[in-house]
Amino acid sequence: METLIDIVLLGFLVLTALAVAKMQDLFAVVMLSGIYSLISASLFMDLDAVDVAFTEASVGAGISTLLMLASLKLVGQYEKHSRYRPMLALGVVLATGTLLIYGTLDMPHFGSAEAPVHQHVAPRYLNDSMAEIGVPNVVTSVLASYRGYDTLGETLVVFTAGIGVISLLRVSRRTKEEEKRRVPADMQQQIILRVVAKMMLPLILIFALYVQFHGDYGPGGGFQAGVIFAAGIILYTMLYGLSNASRVFKPHILELFSALGVLLYAGVGVLCILMGGNFLEYGVLEHDPVDGQHLGILLVELGVGITVASVMITIFFKFTWRTVKHKYNK
Amino acid sequence: MDFLLDILSGIFLAGGSFFCLTGALGLLRFPEFFSRIHAASLTDTLGASLILIGLMLQAGWGLALPKLILILIFSLLAGTTASHAMAKAALKSGLKPIDQIGSGEKGTEEQKK
Repeated sequence: METLIDIVLLGFLVLTALAVAKMQDLFAVVMLSGIYSLISASLFMDLDAVDVAFTEASVGAGISTLLMLASLKLVGQYEKHSRYRPMLALGVVLATGTLLIYGTLDMPHFGSAEAPVHQHVAPRYLNDSMAEIGVPNVVTSVLASYRGYDTLGETLVVFTAGIGVISLLRVSRRTKEEEKRRVPADMQQQIILRVVAKMMLPLILIFALYVQFHGDYGPGGGFQAGVIFAAGIILYTMLYGLSNASRVFKPHILELFSALGVLLYAGVGVLCILMGGNFLEYGVLEHDPVDGQHLGILLVELGVGITVASVMITIFFKFTWRTVKHKYNK
Repeated sequence: MDFLLDILSGIFLAGGSFFCLTGALGLLRFPEFFSRIHAASLTDTLGASLILIGLMLQAGWGLALPKLILILIFSLLAGTTASHAMAKAALKSGLKPIDQIGSGEKGTEEQKK
């Protein structure tokens, strides 16, 4: 039964990808890419990778769709017609694809216990993580402790992306003044949306905190929580205007916070060195190594959450300022 | 008692699946945007709610029950509001509901764009 569901979902994925390649209307393409992420999230869910499904649903279907819509506002809705017929590229892609599929024939079967990935470090993670880390959710213990260094890299990538957007899309003071005078006019009529959003906003923010601090016990963690938090703020921004939102979340404080999260993460690592361990070896933080692991994972996940949330909100703000500028300078 | 609960939840689940199916069918077969939205929102509200209620009966007293109730409330709020927003956006961008079946040219035309 599960195999059947997998196959149907994979079929949906292929169809969505083909539709994305075929369509000229970029708005529909963005929507389809959101659907693609949602289907992949269901697929991960079916494969019992709940944490990944969570990330895919919140990042792929949620925030990235929103950001793409914001950029569509700047570039226009329709794809330009091109006469270029990339037959050579198609040939190369087909050949590579065939080779790759041929390569998979030698790979161990799906779910096989003899696969190298199940032989190498996975047995130790699965068998010893409860004694070594003491966190029920193995994914969190792998992500934040065993592979803490990799996750630090990922957080840095998010931070770097944020810096890139901040330095590319700068906003002049004039645009901000402009926005303050004119904005929420068209959203002021959306009474139902505004009321419902106001009802849901506290729930969304509390849910984000739950995902953040419950990540040790259930699916979730800093990445997901940060994105959910940012989604709540973005919802508010869309309905109540950018100037209202940026009064609560001041841009320079957001920029500070996106660095603060990374600093917190790396700082925990350095603290471990100072207390006599290796970089990111949380066991030395407390007398009992397991308690130390708990504390370290909590702090590190908090750092990830802070960076992700503030970078996402900053990117959305920047895009929206750009749209405002685009609209008024015409 | 368990048997009764199973039957009841089965009825709810089947009803929910029925509404999901009719919603999907309506989405494909209805002539223009507004009636299609009606069909789609049927899936969101009735279909999802009935399935969730069926699952609640299966879940019994436990941590899953309040979570399901929260999901139900959230999906009822979000689904209906999303349909409202879509209908309003369509009206605002100039799409008019058709008066009678058969003169649905305008609706389908806008759809194609």
